[in-house]
Amino acid sequence: MNQTKKIFSIKGMHCASCVMILERSLKKVEGVSGATVNLSTEKATVTYDPAVVTDEKLSSAVSNVGYEAMVNEEVKTEDEEQKEKQQELKKLKFKVIFSLILGGLILWGGFPGLMKTAPMILQNFWVQLILATPVQFWAGFGFYKATISALKHRTANMDTLVAIGTTVAFAYSAFVTVLPELVAKIGIEAMPYFDTSTVIIGLILLGRYFEAKAKAGTSEAIKKLIGLQAKTARVFRDGKEIDFPINEVIIGDIIRVRPGEKIPVDGIIESGESSIDESMVTGESMPVDKLRGDVVVGATMNKTGAFTFKTTKVGGETMLAQIIKLVQEAQGSKAPIQRLADLVSSYFVPVVLMLAFITFAVWYNWGPAPSLLFALLNTVAVLIIACPCAMGLATPTAIMVGTGKGAEHGILIKDAESLETAHKIKTIIFDKTGTLTKGTPEVTDIIPIGSISKDELLKLAGSIEKGSEHSLAEAIVKAAEEKQFVLSKVEKFQAIPGHGVEGIVDGKRVVFGNKRLMDKENINIGTASDKISEMENNGKTVMIIGADNKLIGLIAVADIIKESAKEGLLALQKLGIEVAMITGDNKRTANAIGHILGIDRILAEVLPDQKEAEVRKIQAEGKVVAMVGDGINDAPALATADVGIAIGSGTDVAIEAADITLINKDLRSVAAAVVLSKKTMRTIRLNLVWAFGYNVILIPVAMGALYPLFGLLLNPIFASVAMATSSISVVANSLLLKRKRII
Amino acid sequence: MSLDKIIVTLASILGIAFTYWFFLGKKEKEIQVSDSVDIVVDGGYTPEAISIPKNRTTKINFIRKDSNSCLEEVILSDFKIKKYLPLNQKITIELTPKKTGKFTYSCAMNMYHGKIIVK
Repeated sequence: MNQTKKIFSIKGMHCASCVMILERSLKKVEGVSGATVNLSTEKATVTYDPAVVTDEKLSSAVSNVGYEAMVNEEVKTEDEEQKEKQQELKKLKFKVIFSLILGGLILWGGFPGLMKTAPMILQNFWVQLILATPVQFWAGFGFYKATISALKHRTANMDTLVAIGTTVAFAYSAFVTVLPELVAKIGIEAMPYFDTSTVIIGLILLGRYFEAKAKAGTSEAIKKLIGLQAKTARVFRDGKEIDFPINEVIIGDIIRVRPGEKIPVDGIIESGESSIDESMVTGESMPVDKLRGDVVVGATMNKTGAFTFKTTKVGGETMLAQIIKLVQEAQGSKAPIQRLADLVSSYFVPVVLMLAFITFAVWYNWGPAPSLLFALLNTVAVLIIACPCAMGLATPTAIMVGTGKGAEHGILIKDAESLETAHKIKTIIFDKTGTLTKGTPEVTDIIPIGSISKDELLKLAGSIEKGSEHSLAEAIVKAAEEKQFVLSKVEKFQAIPGHGVEGIVDGKRVVFGNKRLMDKENINIGTASDKISEMENNGKTVMIIGADNKLIGLIAVADIIKESAKEGLLALQKLGIEVAMITGDNKRTANAIGHILGIDRILAEVLPDQKEAEVRKIQAEGKVVAMVGDGINDAPALATADVGIAIGSGTDVAIEAADITLINKDLRSVAAAVVLSKKTMRTIRLNLVWAFGYNVILIPVAMGALYPLFGLLLNPIFASVAMATSSISVVANSLLLKRKRII
Repeated sequence: MSLDKIIVTLASILGIAFTYWFFLGKKEKEIQVSDSVDIVVDGGYTPEAISIPKNRTTKINFIRKDSNSCLEEVILSDFKIKKYLPLNQKITIELTPKKTGKFTYSCAMNMYHGKIIVK
């Protein structure tokens, strides 16, 4: 029995039970001998007898159980694509060598000055015709094929120009070789130009070869990201520890990771602890210590400890897969600056063809003798020098390198338009809580008053706050627990709204809260009030603690500023960008933080739903505004801003709302994103100036514009050198972006 | 002006007129698509212009038959899609457009163009 294997995608799968249902349904189809369905890759592999089973049968087996099969879609792996490209490149290389060797021999035998050194056989026109024919019709076959199929669509491209140009040179030379007397009769020396046709083909193919190699470099970032993926995972199943291929891991699997191993997929640590290097995925430079309950990211490197974790995301849902998807999407998007190039390229080739007609007529009618020869050679030069490809490559290659470079540094750019807009930013508004600050209050100062020690004070405060639900209480209890204090039991605990808490701890009546509470309890603050004001002016919230009607200490709590904030904001100001902060906090706290960070504009007491309006206000001043937030509650403001920058993990809702996501959570990356945008735009502009300038200057030169003044003409062979170099130089310039520093 | 020069001049004028008519004067034929369409990639995209409904998923199957490396990628930048098209294989792209309008797509070098009209 003849057996065939088919792999196809299935849509609508969401759980492990889907796998079972689908496999059962597929196996029921008569003629199917095996079916495995993979949840993470959403693909089915079916072995069947092609004489019995049709695509429709497979498709209906899948749709009968509520899913959709993409049976017609052929699945190719990245490796196969790569192999195919390599083979094409190999073929191209052979054609380049073949045509350049034969072209070189013809040039030796036919070029004035050189020909005297060549063997007689190479000087023979018939031999040159024999050598030139395979180059023209075998190595150059691709140009003809592309021309014919383009003409069927009434379109023309670079191949059309090369095919016409080289055919004119070849046909004239063949005519001269076969019927030399006829040419001599009209006063032209019977000299063929086989060197022109063959060398042009060889050089243009050489240009294509280098261009293809360079272009592969522009998509390197994606390949690197794909390469990060682990191949296997050590999974606990049925009481055993087994190595599974990564695509067979399912959600809920418990996976063991040993020191030095790569974490295979995303999950949450169940047991053990370790230091993890996440730099390859998030761009975060320092290893992060993680313990039970912490999230681990697939493709990151486990450094020191061993641990087990429960998988939460597999396949296309992992953070790495999401990053790859985002970068791929950005690379497929179009920057507004490209519109001009689009417009020009749609008219370019027909216009060049028209210019070729004009060149021929002008040289034939008014050119020096032999005018036919001048007309022919200059027409060929015009056709060959025009290079629409450089214009087509100018923007996309730079965008590809730019977005790829961003991803390497943990800066995910949603599309080319965002990358383009970012270089025009004049004001950046930062959300305070969770963006500039850590977002969770921490104890910053413990000031005992009287005979009590710091530790005793914290223990007492921790004990009484244990029963409180206030957000600041959590910070105090956490600080006490971190010191591993055994907290005392509280009796008669009472929360007094707007004031604080009270209760009896270790036999003492303890009150803990604000000044109003102390006034109510008749506790004199005395000299401590200066210290309280000083700390409050620094943006801290101060709580006062009294025991048995006496003041015993102060504890200050504040939302800590992130380490990278100051440096990050300074870098932006150095770029000439105004930095603003938006917060719901009161003006005093906001000003205190603003002062520490040197913020230019402070927008305090802004309710969450007013953030968007504040962004609009600054936009109304005529400024391009970026908003930096944590992406969830700031979503409307992020969407309103010209560039929304989210700080968060790649899997968040943030990615949807923002134009740029900083997965490394480093505030210095905001400036890095702006720098990347500026450098990418500079590269694009240089590419466009080069690509346009090249055509605008050299097409008239090829037409003979310099001849009346300087007697200069462009040899078609040099035209082909210039043409091949122009595309390569555009790609090479884009690749230079890789070497630029953005951080 | 001698006869040959007159002939060359006239032929050139005719050549320019023909080039203009042939390449720039063509009228595109728009194909209405409801669920799925096969687009053959061979010296361009056939059919060249398709119209698809808004807010509904349409499958566009690209089949590249042309070995020209220019055509090996298709870029639908308005939909942020860039796909490698292996030779002689069907690659399906699903679109669920949210707004109406004319959207062009192209090969990686922006030489060949197709059009998607969302109605």
